[in-house]
Amino acid sequence: MSITSATPTRRPTASAWRLRDRLGLALAWFLGLLFCAICAALIIYLTIQGINYLHPAMLFENPKIGYNQSESGGFLAPLVGSLICAAIAMLVAIPAGIGVAVWLSEYARPRALARLAESTVEMLAGTPTVVLALFGLVVFRSQVLAFLSQSAGGVVLGKSFFSAGLMLSLLGLPFVVTSTREGLTAIPNHVREASYALGKTKIATIRRVLLPAVRPSVIAGSSIGTGHVIGDTAIIVMLLGNTYTLQGAGGLPLLSTLRGTGLTLTSYVYDNAPTGALNHPQQAYAAAAIMILLVLVLNLVVDVFARKARAQRWN
Amino acid sequence: MHSQVSERLLSEADDLELAADDAAGSRLSRDQRAELWLVALVVGVVLILVAIAVFVTASGWPSFAHNGLRWFGSGGNVDNQIQAMIKSGQYGQHPVYTFRAWPLIWSTILTTAGAVVISLFISVFISIFLVEFAPQPIARVLEPVVRVLASVPSVIYGLVGVVVLIPLIGNHLITASEKQAVTPVLQLNGASLLAAVVILSLMISPIMISIFSEGMRAVPRSWFEASLSLGVNRWRSFWNVAVRSARPALIAGTVLATARAVGESVMLAMVSGTVGFSPNPFDGLLFFFEPSRGLAPTILLNNDELSNNAVAPMLFAIATVLLFSSLMFSLSGWAARQPMKRYFNYGGASA
Repeated sequence: MSITSATPTRRPTASAWRLRDRLGLALAWFLGLLFCAICAALIIYLTIQGINYLHPAMLFENPKIGYNQSESGGFLAPLVGSLICAAIAMLVAIPAGIGVAVWLSEYARPRALARLAESTVEMLAGTPTVVLALFGLVVFRSQVLAFLSQSAGGVVLGKSFFSAGLMLSLLGLPFVVTSTREGLTAIPNHVREASYALGKTKIATIRRVLLPAVRPSVIAGSSIGTGHVIGDTAIIVMLLGNTYTLQGAGGLPLLSTLRGTGLTLTSYVYDNAPTGALNHPQQAYAAAAIMILLVLVLNLVVDVFARKARAQRWN
Repeated sequence: MHSQVSERLLSEADDLELAADDAAGSRLSRDQRAELWLVALVVGVVLILVAIAVFVTASGWPSFAHNGLRWFGSGGNVDNQIQAMIKSGQYGQHPVYTFRAWPLIWSTILTTAGAVVISLFISVFISIFLVEFAPQPIARVLEPVVRVLASVPSVIYGLVGVVVLIPLIGNHLITASEKQAVTPVLQLNGASLLAAVVILSLMISPIMISIFSEGMRAVPRSWFEASLSLGVNRWRSFWNVAVRSARPALIAGTVLATARAVGESVMLAMVSGTVGFSPNPFDGLLFFFEPSRGLAPTILLNNDELSNNAVAPMLFAIATVLLFSSLMFSLSGWAARQPMKRYFNYGGASA
C-alpha cells in the first residue's frame, strides 16, 4: 500500500546538471533551432521568389533567345527534357536495381562476388557525376554506339538524351538497390519456406511472393533515385549538349528527340543564374521553384511508401 | 496480406512453365537460368565500375605521363597553363601538356575540409537534438525537412549562393580598401572560400544528420536507460552511450559526406569563383574572401574543350584523381559501417 501511495520524487531538472552538460544541451537546442530557422528561411525565400516570377504561361512556352527576361520565353522544353531524362534513367535503373538487390539478398553466392557487388554499389553512389559524364563521353563517342547520338562528318558527337539518360541511370541505381534490399531483408524466412513447401521454385517464390511484397520499398527507392536524377546538372551540361531547346536528329518523331540534344530544368537554372551564359535570374528562380515542387512531391511519395513498407506485418 | 500471399502461391502459371521447360528438354532448369541471369547482371554492374576506372585513367594518362609527380605540385599559373593547352590544340601544334594542379587541389582540400569540419560539429549536435531532446512537434517537422534538404538539387544551392550570399559578402563583409589592395592580382566580388564553405556545409549536413540520427536510433534503448537508472543525467547518458555506440555511423556519415563534397562541381563552379588561385592562409582575414576553383568545377567549366586533344587528357587526369579519392572514401565509409550491421538492427541506407 505504502509503495503505491508514495509520491514519486521529481526528476532532477537540467539546472542541477554540471556546466559541461548544460552547455552541451544548450548547444544542441541552439543548433537544432538554428537549423530549423535556416531551412525555413531557405524554403520561404525560394517559394516567394518562385511565386513572384512564375507565370502559368511559362509552363507551356519554349525558351527563346531574348535580350531581356520578358522576351526569353518559358521553360516547356527543359521541363520535358527533365522528364525524358528521368524516364530513360529510371527505365534502366529500376529493373537493374531490383535484379542486383534480389541477387544480393536471395543468392549472394559466391561470397566474394557478393562483397564485391555490395561495395561496387556503394562506390557507384559516391562517384562524382562529372566523372560519370566524362566516362559517358568516352563511351558514347565510339563508332559502335553512333546510333545513339548525332554524327558530324564521321565524328560521333556523343551528346544525346540516350547518353545522358544512360549515365544518369548509374546515378539512380544505388538508391533502388539499397531500398529494395532493405525491403527484402525485412521479410522473414518463414514466408519463403511456406512458398517452398507448396512446391514453388526459388525464382517463382521471388517473382510471385517476394517482389510483390517489397513493391512499396521499390517505389520509395525509385522515387529517391528519381529526385537525384532530376537534380543532377553536371551530366546534363556535358552529355546533353545544353542547347537552348530540344533539337532532334533524324526523321523519326520520338527517336529523333531521344537521339538529339536538349536541356533540362537543372541546366536551365545553371545557365540563367547570374554566373551562367544567359543570366536571367528571374527565369532561374521560376524554374528552381518548379524543381523544388518536384522534389517535394517525390519526397511525399517516398514518405507514403516507406510508411507502407514499414507497416507490413508477417505474423 | 496472408490471403494475397496464399493466392499467389496457388497460382498455377509457374508450374505450367516448369512443365514446359521439361518438355523442351533444356539442360538447365528455369531456376538455374534465372540465377545465371542475375549473376550476369551483377557482374555487369561491377564491370561498369571497372570500365569507368580504366577508361578515365587511360584517357588521362598522357597528362600524368608528361608531368610525372609534379602534376600534383605547384608552379606557374594554372590558368595560363590551361590557356596554353587550349591554344596548342586549336592550332594543331604539338600538344602542350604542362600542368601543375596544386592550386586546384588546394582549393578542393580547403572547401571540403572546411565544410566537413563545420557540418560534422553541427550535425552531431543536431542529430542528438533530433533523436533525444526535440519535442515531438519539432522532431516531426525537422525530420522530413532534413530529407528534403538532402535531395534539393545542388544547382539550387548554387543559385541561392550566387544571388544571396555572394552579394552579401561582396558588398558588406569585404571593405573597399581590401578590394583595392589586391586589385592587380585578384578581383574580390564575394565569390569566395567563405561562400563555398557555407553553402557546401548546408548541402552536406543533411546527409550527415540522416546517417548520424539513424545510427543513434539503432542503439538499443535499454543501454541508454541502464545509464539513466544509475543516476547519470540525460545528456551525459546519451552522449556516453548512444553517441559513443553510434561511432561507426558517425565515421560512415562523415566519410560519405566528404565523398559528396569532393565530387561537387556545379555549386562550386557558381559560388567559389572561377580563377585558379590558391588562397593563402597567411593573408589573415582576407584568406576567407579569396576566390579559388576546385578540381571538379574545373572539369565542368572547361567542358567545351573536351574535343581539344591537348586539354582532354588534363581533364580526364583531374577526373581520375576525383574518382579514386571518392572511391576510397566510399569504400572506407562502407567498411566503417560493417560493425554496426553486425551488432544492431541497422540498415545503413546510403543517403
